[in-house]
Amino acid sequence: MAEKKDTQVKKVAIICAKGTIEDVYAALVMANGAVMEGMEAKLFFTFFGLDAITKKRMNKLHTATVGNPAMRMPGGLPFPSLLGMLPGVEAGVSSMMKKQMDALDVPPVDEFLDMITAGGGEIYACKLAVDMFKLEKKDLSDHVIDIITVGDFYSMAGGEGSQIIFT
Amino acid sequence: MAQKTIAGVNLEVTDEGFLVDSSQWNEDIAKELAKEESIELTEKHFEVLKFIRENAGDSLTIRKVGKSGIVDIKGFYELFPGGPLKLSSKIAGISKPTSCV
Repeated sequence: MAEKKDTQVKKVAIICAKGTIEDVYAALVMANGAVMEGMEAKLFFTFFGLDAITKKRMNKLHTATVGNPAMRMPGGLPFPSLLGMLPGVEAGVSSMMKKQMDALDVPPVDEFLDMITAGGGEIYACKLAVDMFKLEKKDLSDHVIDIITVGDFYSMAGGEGSQIIFT
Repeated sequence: MAQKTIAGVNLEVTDEGFLVDSSQWNEDIAKELAKEESIELTEKHFEVLKFIRENAGDSLTIRKVGKSGIVDIKGFYELFPGGPLKLSSKIAGISKPTSCV
Protein backbone atom coordinates (compact mmCIF):
# COMPACT_ATOMS: atom_id res chain seq x y z
CA MET A 1 0.00 0.00 0.00
CA ALA A 2 1.31 3.40 -0.91
CA GLU A 3 2.18 5.52 2.05
CA LYS A 4 0.27 8.76 2.25
CA LYS A 5 2.63 11.68 2.08
CA ASP A 6 1.50 15.23 2.67
CA THR A 7 3.46 18.07 1.20
CA GLN A 8 3.63 20.92 3.65
CA VAL A 9 2.34 24.29 2.55
CA LYS A 10 5.36 26.57 2.56
CA LYS A 11 4.06 29.59 0.74
CA VAL A 12 0.69 31.18 0.11
CA ALA A 13 -0.17 33.80 -2.48
CA ILE A 14 -3.48 35.34 -1.49
CA ILE A 15 -5.65 37.42 -3.79
CA CYS A 16 -8.19 39.84 -2.33
CA ALA A 17 -10.55 41.32 -4.91
CA LYS A 18 -13.39 42.61 -2.72
CA GLY A 19 -13.59 45.47 -0.29
CA THR A 20 -16.06 44.41 2.39
CA ILE A 21 -14.90 43.87 5.94
CA GLU A 22 -15.36 40.12 5.71
CA ASP A 23 -13.57 39.69 2.38
CA VAL A 24 -10.62 41.81 3.40
CA TYR A 25 -10.28 40.23 6.83
CA ALA A 26 -10.45 36.73 5.38
CA ALA A 27 -7.39 37.59 3.31
CA LEU A 28 -5.60 39.35 6.18
CA VAL A 29 -6.27 36.59 8.71
CA MET A 30 -5.05 33.94 6.31
CA ALA A 31 -1.91 35.87 5.43
CA ASN A 32 -1.15 36.63 9.05
CA GLY A 33 -1.84 33.03 10.03
CA ALA A 34 0.65 31.91 7.40
CA VAL A 35 3.50 34.11 8.61
CA MET A 36 2.68 33.09 12.18
CA GLU A 37 3.32 29.51 11.14
CA GLY A 38 6.59 30.42 9.52
CA MET A 39 5.27 30.31 5.97
CA GLU A 40 5.92 32.82 3.25
CA ALA A 41 2.88 34.98 2.44
CA LYS A 42 2.22 37.33 -0.44
CA LEU A 43 -0.95 39.37 -0.62
CA PHE A 44 -2.23 40.77 -3.90
CA PHE A 45 -5.02 43.37 -3.72
CA THR A 46 -7.09 44.06 -6.80
CA PHE A 47 -10.37 45.76 -7.77
CA PHE A 48 -12.38 46.76 -4.68
CA GLY A 49 -9.87 44.87 -2.55
CA LEU A 50 -7.65 47.90 -3.12
CA ASP A 51 -9.72 49.71 -0.49
CA ALA A 52 -7.89 47.62 2.10
CA ILE A 53 -4.55 49.18 1.18
CA THR A 54 -5.78 52.67 0.23
CA LYS A 55 -4.80 55.01 3.06
CA LYS A 56 -8.07 56.96 3.02
CA ARG A 57 -10.33 53.93 2.99
CA MET A 58 -8.56 51.07 4.74
CA ASN A 59 -9.99 51.71 8.19
CA LYS A 60 -13.45 52.62 6.91
CA LEU A 61 -14.47 49.33 5.34
CA HIS A 62 -18.10 48.28 5.52
CA THR A 63 -20.04 45.09 5.41
CA ALA A 64 -23.09 44.94 3.14
CA THR A 65 -26.41 45.14 4.95
CA VAL A 66 -28.38 44.80 1.71
CA GLY A 67 -28.09 41.69 -0.42
CA ASN A 68 -26.33 39.81 2.35
CA PRO A 69 -28.53 36.83 3.27
CA ALA A 70 -26.20 35.77 6.08
CA MET A 71 -26.82 39.06 7.88
CA ARG A 72 -28.51 38.64 11.28
CA MET A 73 -29.87 40.94 13.96
CA PRO A 74 -28.16 40.73 17.33
CA GLY A 75 -29.78 37.65 18.84
CA GLY A 76 -29.93 35.78 15.55
CA LEU A 77 -33.19 36.91 13.93
CA PRO A 78 -33.07 37.55 10.18
CA PHE A 79 -32.01 41.05 9.21
CA PRO A 80 -34.67 42.67 6.96
CA SER A 81 -33.14 44.03 3.75
CA LEU A 82 -35.39 47.06 4.02
CA LEU A 83 -33.75 47.96 7.32
CA GLY A 84 -30.34 47.64 5.74
CA MET A 85 -31.29 50.31 3.23
CA LEU A 86 -31.81 53.03 5.85
CA PRO A 87 -29.10 55.65 6.08
CA GLY A 88 -26.56 54.89 8.79
CA VAL A 89 -27.51 51.25 9.27
CA GLU A 90 -24.61 49.90 7.25
CA ALA A 91 -22.19 52.16 9.13
CA GLY A 92 -23.63 51.07 12.46
CA VAL A 93 -23.46 47.39 11.63
CA SER A 94 -19.91 47.79 10.33
CA SER A 95 -18.77 49.58 13.43
CA MET A 96 -20.33 46.85 15.55
CA MET A 97 -18.46 44.19 13.62
CA LYS A 98 -15.19 46.04 14.12
CA LYS A 99 -15.86 46.32 17.86
CA GLN A 100 -16.47 42.61 18.12
CA MET A 101 -13.30 41.83 16.21
CA ASP A 102 -11.30 44.18 18.39
CA ALA A 103 -12.54 42.27 21.44
CA LEU A 104 -10.93 39.15 19.93
CA ASP A 105 -7.70 41.09 19.37
CA VAL A 106 -8.27 41.32 15.62
CA PRO A 107 -6.70 44.68 14.79
CA PRO A 108 -7.83 47.45 12.42
CA VAL A 109 -6.65 47.04 8.83
CA ASP A 110 -3.61 49.34 9.07
CA GLU A 111 -2.35 47.61 12.19
CA PHE A 112 -3.03 44.21 10.64
CA LEU A 113 -0.82 45.17 7.70
CA ASP A 114 1.88 46.19 10.21
CA MET A 115 1.62 42.75 11.81
CA ILE A 116 1.75 40.83 8.55
CA THR A 117 4.73 42.74 7.19
CA ALA A 118 6.53 42.54 10.56
CA GLY A 119 6.37 38.78 10.09
CA GLY A 120 7.81 39.00 6.59
CA GLY A 121 4.56 39.01 4.61
CA GLU A 122 4.54 41.04 1.40
CA ILE A 123 1.82 43.34 0.10
CA TYR A 124 1.23 44.14 -3.57
CA ALA A 125 -1.31 46.17 -5.51
CA CYS A 126 -2.72 45.24 -8.90
CA LYS A 127 -1.64 47.61 -11.65
CA LEU A 128 -4.81 47.29 -13.71
CA ALA A 129 -7.05 48.10 -10.74
CA VAL A 130 -4.83 50.95 -9.56
CA ASP A 131 -5.06 52.49 -13.04
CA MET A 132 -8.77 51.89 -13.18
CA PHE A 133 -9.45 53.60 -9.86
CA LYS A 134 -7.00 56.38 -10.79
CA LEU A 135 -4.86 55.78 -7.73
CA GLU A 136 -1.15 56.36 -7.29
CA LYS A 137 1.50 54.73 -5.16
CA LYS A 138 1.25 57.59 -2.66
CA ASP A 139 -2.44 56.84 -2.07
CA LEU A 140 -1.57 53.35 -0.93
CA SER A 141 -0.27 52.06 2.39
CA ASP A 142 3.48 52.39 2.85
CA HIS A 143 3.55 48.63 3.28
CA VAL A 144 2.72 48.14 -0.40
CA ILE A 145 5.99 46.95 -1.93
CA ASP A 146 4.99 47.55 -5.51
CA ILE A 147 2.21 47.92 -8.04
CA ILE A 148 2.47 44.86 -10.25
CA THR A 149 0.77 43.05 -13.10
CA VAL A 150 -0.96 39.74 -12.69
CA GLY A 151 1.93 38.16 -14.58
CA ASP A 152 4.41 39.53 -12.04
CA PHE A 153 2.26 38.11 -9.28
CA TYR A 154 2.14 34.65 -10.83
CA SER A 155 5.87 34.70 -11.36
CA MET A 156 6.44 35.12 -7.62
CA ALA A 157 3.75 32.64 -6.58
CA GLY A 158 5.54 29.46 -7.66
CA GLY A 159 7.69 26.92 -5.92
CA GLU A 160 7.27 23.64 -4.10
CA GLY A 161 4.52 23.69 -1.48
CA SER A 162 3.05 26.96 -2.67
CA GLN A 163 -0.64 27.70 -2.99
CA ILE A 164 -2.66 30.45 -4.59
CA ILE A 165 -5.74 31.40 -2.60
CA PHE A 166 -8.55 33.60 -3.86
CA THR A 167 -10.70 34.88 -1.04
CA MET B 1 1.03 12.05 24.61
CA ALA B 2 4.59 11.01 25.17
CA GLN B 3 7.19 10.98 27.92
CA LYS B 4 10.34 12.98 27.47
CA THR B 5 13.33 13.69 29.66
CA ILE B 6 14.34 17.32 29.47
CA ALA B 7 17.08 18.82 31.64
CA GLY B 8 16.99 15.73 33.84
CA VAL B 9 13.25 15.90 34.46
CA ASN B 10 10.81 13.34 33.13
CA LEU B 11 7.99 15.26 31.51
CA GLU B 12 4.78 14.47 29.72
CA VAL B 13 4.51 16.25 26.38
CA THR B 14 1.92 16.37 23.61
CA ASP B 15 2.59 14.88 20.18
CA GLU B 16 3.74 18.30 19.08
CA GLY B 17 6.09 18.69 22.01
CA PHE B 18 4.13 21.05 24.25
CA LEU B 19 4.36 20.42 28.00
CA VAL B 20 1.20 18.93 29.45
CA ASP B 21 1.77 20.38 32.92
CA SER B 22 3.11 23.91 32.70
CA SER B 23 3.89 24.00 36.42
CA GLN B 24 6.79 21.58 35.81
CA TRP B 25 8.52 24.23 33.69
CA ASN B 26 11.76 25.88 34.72
CA GLU B 27 14.44 27.90 32.97
CA ASP B 28 16.69 24.89 32.32
CA ILE B 29 13.83 23.12 30.59
CA ALA B 30 13.25 26.28 28.54
CA LYS B 31 16.88 26.30 27.44
CA GLU B 32 16.70 22.65 26.37
CA LEU B 33 13.43 23.17 24.50
CA ALA B 34 14.86 26.24 22.79
CA LYS B 35 17.93 24.31 21.72
CA GLU B 36 15.69 21.84 19.92
CA GLU B 37 14.38 24.78 17.92
CA SER B 38 17.93 26.11 17.37
CA ILE B 39 17.30 29.14 19.56
CA GLU B 40 19.85 30.34 22.10
CA LEU B 41 17.88 32.03 24.87
CA THR B 42 18.91 35.52 25.93
CA GLU B 43 17.71 37.81 28.70
CA LYS B 44 15.17 39.28 26.24
CA HIS B 45 13.82 35.82 25.40
CA PHE B 46 13.20 35.16 29.08
CA GLU B 47 11.35 38.45 29.49
CA VAL B 48 9.07 37.43 26.64
CA LEU B 49 8.65 33.91 28.03
CA LYS B 50 7.64 35.37 31.39
CA PHE B 51 5.01 37.52 29.68
CA ILE B 52 3.78 34.53 27.68
CA ARG B 53 3.42 32.40 30.80
CA GLU B 54 1.57 35.15 32.64
CA ASN B 55 -0.83 35.63 29.72
CA ALA B 56 -1.34 32.01 28.71
CA GLY B 57 -4.82 31.17 27.48
CA ASP B 58 -7.23 31.84 24.65
CA SER B 59 -6.52 35.54 24.60
CA LEU B 60 -2.79 35.21 24.01
CA THR B 61 -2.09 36.72 20.59
CA ILE B 62 0.89 38.06 18.69
CA ARG B 63 -0.75 41.46 18.92
CA LYS B 64 -0.81 41.26 22.70
CA VAL B 65 2.87 40.35 22.84
CA GLY B 66 3.54 43.28 20.51
CA LYS B 67 1.82 45.58 22.96
CA SER B 68 3.57 44.13 26.01
CA GLY B 69 6.24 46.81 25.99
CA ILE B 70 8.89 44.08 25.99
CA VAL B 71 9.20 43.57 22.28
CA ASP B 72 7.42 44.75 19.14
CA ILE B 73 5.99 42.27 16.67
CA LYS B 74 8.98 42.45 14.37
CA GLY B 75 11.30 41.84 17.30
CA PHE B 76 9.13 38.92 18.40
CA TYR B 77 9.54 37.30 14.98
CA GLU B 78 13.30 37.86 15.23
CA LEU B 79 13.53 36.26 18.68
CA PHE B 80 11.52 33.19 17.66
CA PRO B 81 11.96 32.80 13.90
CA GLY B 82 9.55 30.59 12.01
CA GLY B 83 6.46 30.88 14.21
CA PRO B 84 6.90 33.16 17.21
CA LEU B 85 3.69 32.50 19.13
CA LYS B 86 3.86 28.74 18.72
CA LEU B 87 7.57 28.45 19.43
CA SER B 88 7.55 30.79 22.41
CA SER B 89 4.55 28.97 23.88
CA LYS B 90 6.35 25.67 23.49
CA ILE B 91 9.53 27.00 25.10
CA ALA B 92 7.51 28.72 27.84
CA GLY B 93 5.98 25.37 28.72
CA ILE B 94 2.38 26.40 28.10
CA SER B 95 -0.11 24.74 25.78
CA LYS B 96 -0.31 25.35 22.06
CA PRO B 97 -1.87 28.72 21.28
CA THR B 98 -5.48 28.57 20.17
CA SER B 99 -5.77 32.06 18.73
CA CYS B 100 -5.80 32.68 14.99
CA VAL B 101 -4.22 36.09 15.28
